[in-house]
Amino acid sequence: MPNSKQTLVVVGNGMVGHRLLELMVAKGALDRWNLITFCEEPRVAYDRVHLSQYFVNKTAADLTLVEPGFYQDNGIQVYIGDRIVEIDRVQQRVKSANGVEITYDRLVLATGSYPFVPPIQGNDATGTFVYRTIDDLDAIKTYAEQSRVGVVVGGGLLGLECANALKSLGLETHVVEFAPRLMPVQLDEAGGEILKEKIQGLGVQVHTSKVTTDIVSENGKLASMQFADETSLQTDMIVFSAGIRPRDELARGCGLQLGERGGVVIDEACQTSDPKIYAIGECALYQQRIFGLVAPGYQMAEVASDHLLSLPTAQQFTGADMSTKLKLLGVDVASFGDNFAKTPGAKALAVTDAVAGTYKKLVVNADGSRLLGGILVGDATAYGTLLQLMQNQMALPGSPLSLLVPASSDNTAALSIDNLPDTAQICSCNNVTKGQLCEAIRDDNITDLPTLKKCTNAGTGCGGCVPLVKDVLTSELKKSGVEVNNHLCEHFPYSRQELYHLLRVGEIKSFEALLAQHGTGYGCEICKPTVGSMLASSWNEHVLNTPHVGLQDTNDAFLANIQKDGTYSVIPRIPGGEITPEKLIALGQVAQEFDLYTKITGAQRVDLLGARVEQLPLIWQRLVETGFESGHAYGKALRTVKSCVGSTWCRFGVQDSTSLAIELELRYRGLRSPHKLKSAVSGCTRECAEAQGKDFGIIATENGWNLYVCGNGGMKPQHAILLATDLDKETLIKYIDRFLVFYIRTADKLERTSTWFNKLEGGLEYLKQVIIEDALGIADELEAQMQYHVNTYQCEWKATVESAEKMQRFRHFVNTDAVDPSLAYVQERGQKRPATEAERVVLNQSKDALVTPAH
Amino acid sequence: MIREVSTTTADSTAWVTICALDAIAPNTGVNAQVGTEQVAIFRIGQTDEVYATGNFDPFSKTFVMSRGIVGDRQGVLKVASPIYKLNFELKTGLCLDDATVTIPIYPARVVDDQVQIGASCHTRS
Ligand code: SRM
Ligand SMILES: Cc1cc2nc3c(=O)[nH]c(=O)nc-3n(C[C@H](O)[C@H](O)[C@H](O)COP(=O)(O)OP(=O)(O)OC[C@H]3O[C@@H](n4cnc5c(N)ncnc54)[C@H](O)[C@@H]3O)c2cc1C
Ligand code: SF4
Ligand code: FES
Repeated sequence: MPNSKQTLVVVGNGMVGHRLLELMVAKGALDRWNLITFCEEPRVAYDRVHLSQYFVNKTAADLTLVEPGFYQDNGIQVYIGDRIVEIDRVQQRVKSANGVEITYDRLVLATGSYPFVPPIQGNDATGTFVYRTIDDLDAIKTYAEQSRVGVVVGGGLLGLECANALKSLGLETHVVEFAPRLMPVQLDEAGGEILKEKIQGLGVQVHTSKVTTDIVSENGKLASMQFADETSLQTDMIVFSAGIRPRDELARGCGLQLGERGGVVIDEACQTSDPKIYAIGECALYQQRIFGLVAPGYQMAEVASDHLLSLPTAQQFTGADMSTKLKLLGVDVASFGDNFAKTPGAKALAVTDAVAGTYKKLVVNADGSRLLGGILVGDATAYGTLLQLMQNQMALPGSPLSLLVPASSDNTAALSIDNLPDTAQICSCNNVTKGQLCEAIRDDNITDLPTLKKCTNAGTGCGGCVPLVKDVLTSELKKSGVEVNNHLCEHFPYSRQELYHLLRVGEIKSFEALLAQHGTGYGCEICKPTVGSMLASSWNEHVLNTPHVGLQDTNDAFLANIQKDGTYSVIPRIPGGEITPEKLIALGQVAQEFDLYTKITGAQRVDLLGARVEQLPLIWQRLVETGFESGHAYGKALRTVKSCVGSTWCRFGVQDSTSLAIELELRYRGLRSPHKLKSAVSGCTRECAEAQGKDFGIIATENGWNLYVCGNGGMKPQHAILLATDLDKETLIKYIDRFLVFYIRTADKLERTSTWFNKLEGGLEYLKQVIIEDALGIADELEAQMQYHVNTYQCEWKATVESAEKMQRFRHFVNTDAVDPSLAYVQERGQKRPATEAERVVLNQSKDALVTPAH
Repeated sequence: MIREVSTTTADSTAWVTICALDAIAPNTGVNAQVGTEQVAIFRIGQTDEVYATGNFDPFSKTFVMSRGIVGDRQGVLKVASPIYKLNFELKTGLCLDDATVTIPIYPARVVDDQVQIGASCHTRS
């Protein structure tokens, strides 16, 4: 290499040291600089922030931060497993433990920090660990295999993360905290208390205000910890997580200026007291502060690289935001800004909801117009929004309380993404501003979140900013008038309607064929069920036949509705809601036999809940024997045709609504459609069956039947509209046939008839022309398609229990007949119901292994 | 000289035979008991390309991953968890909709039409 180049040595190849090298390369340093780094650990830089995932499912290779070939391709020299032991500032030379000596022009210290181990007697016993490197984790994992109990000393951010990790290794886990509460730096007493409950809910025992005085070993093995209050705790292993200390030993050795309690002093350019030496990351001390988070370290790397390259636009380091969000699954904690209201005049307001287990506190300035900081425990969804309000010093709504307790409507008005300035930092982990996101969206024509994340790095750290990143994307796309296209998904450049047409015209009978002719890729959870439904409504083949089975949503795939605990519900068809006493008894017997929770549904039938996947075919075998059929409660298909008793019994009834409802339900049963279809028949204008709230509803008149269509209950109720009056039964059925097939052919995916109608150009008049006048000349075709459906209908469950091959799929395990051991129930009002999480903890103490997630 | 420092050696994997390849319908998943763990195994198309992840869905906290729909996002093979429809990359276990979440993955292969899962990956120390 030509000697004209300068040499930069980076001591430490951790997160920040590596970022510096990346930035140097990106900023074009290679033609003027030789880059060399020393890496004490046996592997190049890896993602320490996600270190705990090493226990879950990440390998060391997954965690690496170094793109394959990055160092080789850029000619960067890396000494793996070699530590710098001495700096000679006069000669400008460094010396490594392996005896390598290098002369530098500039030196960067990126040596990070080390875990502080409190000076307790016995703190170096076998069985004590720290939590910082992959090697530490390997050691912990090995030792945990022969341990039952583990204690984490330190209830801060890292300590809790570590406790969660020990828990996942199957240890009985305790956290011992010296302070009277958890996360004492970030949380106040009330917040700490709620967090403690949450953490204990995870099965980790928390001991606060505990001063450890002695760590006792017996026969060379760790046995217990003694506390100042004379209590003790038996344990097999201890992990110290009681804070970090900067690794400043090299700086100390060569006489650089250090802080009183350690840390290499730096200025706004990240230069130490020797201008040829920089310090960045956790070893650096700026204005008496160490920054124990990765984002400030990355900022320092930005500043130092600018400065090393003498860029005219060089940025300065002026401190950093230390807002934090705990990234434990299931425990939301966030703390930001002036969380303890130390600013003069600051006021705090807090809301504790002991029932929901949440604590939210806001700190505002004297007149309550600006947000200064806050604490969120139990529910940190507002974190991103609040952080933006604080960082951009935006005016708060009239009462800050409304930020914590959203009024019945929405409080988002206070933070419309459009009100944010371009300089607003959206992602603090990777320092990405709103302006940068907008630029990427515009310049690279980005239209989806994953690409935006990849291009800008936003959202790839703690993930806390993802909702905001998404908002920016949506708002920008809308502004630039990007037509949010109606393509089904990335695999098919067509709307559902276009695709349905292609499928019928081309007589395409499988997803694979449709994909090969009109799509790309493998498909996804959006196009597969949609195409599955189109195939079913066109050709009516059994949804569990081999080419179709993989297309079905889990409900269709198992012909039952999945419930929150992974079991299923069984809803047999009860046409028109009419049922014989014998059948009612039979339902009760099946429920009793299989111990199912039983409930009358809102649509005149009976739901049997809590069926395990392997029980489904057995239950259905019994039901089919007693004459029941699938109720399709699981499918985007016809559900029920509700009825009232009508003229047979009711003193006001003018027609036999029950018989008609049963006839219609049997005609359209099994019909798959863009969304579910519901119907009802009322025997008179009193409308007891609520027909005007249905996709198609019929009301009896003196002269026949009135047909209403496109009504909806549910989320956005809409009255049905009157399509035709005083029809005889044959005409009525003809119109309904046409209406349903026309809807099935033209609606978008997951569009109920009401929404479909609201978008229909020409509205009611047009619909009347197509259905009644046959203006498009397709009425015969529509009727024929419905007749084909009626002729080919088969009960899906009957066909399933008659096929050994299909039955084979209904097992929890493919390789054993065991049942899912994670299910747990308690009794309530004489029936079972799924145990809550708290109840499961108690119930599970007697079980083990399979009931907790794999680690 | 820089080389990735690998901590796994390919040969140390112990393989457990689970079922015949035919037992997994193309583009679907099955759940297997491997030791004390529940492992979801997915088959891509008619091929013998198989992937294995933990069966536990961290969002619904239930053991149902094997019942998700397999497919791809921008060419990345993934499965959508069946209850709340979050997507996980089959090769890495990474949640594509929430980068803070991952599920375990296991080595999987087909030998003589039998599906095998590598069990040693998680007991490695
Ligand atoms: C069981 C039942 C509640 C009950 O215990 O009564 C129920 C249960 C569910 N309803 Fe419902 N709905 C039930 C009657 C209703 C009714 C009343 C009715 O049908 O007369 C309505 C309003 C009428 C309507 O649909 O217009 C209703 C409007 C909804 C909606 C909103 C639909 C809409 O377009 O606004 C959803 C959400 C959706 O489908 O997207 C929904 C979704 C659901 C889901 C599928 C939610 C889910 O994804 O898990 C629930 C399935 C639970 C299960 O596995 O059984 N359910 N749901 C009722 C089953 C009726 C049956 O026998 O088939
Ligand atoms: C379990 C855990 C969870 C975390 N979670 C978060 C989080 O959620 N959010 C967040 O912002 N931060 C988090 N952090 C902190 C974050 O990892 C650090 O802020 C970041 O790694 C600091 O980077 P660094 O380069 O300064 O130090 P490091 O990444 O520690 O790198 C320093 C490297 O220098 C090496 N070294 C030291 N001395 C020498 C020498 N003399 N010669 C050669 N090499 C040397 C060290 O061995 C080390 O590899 C977490 C940390 C841990 C341990
Ligand atoms: S109203 Fe909501 S909770 Fe009740 S059954 Fe319907 S979907 Fe489920
Ligand atoms: S703020 Fe952490 S990923 Fe964006």
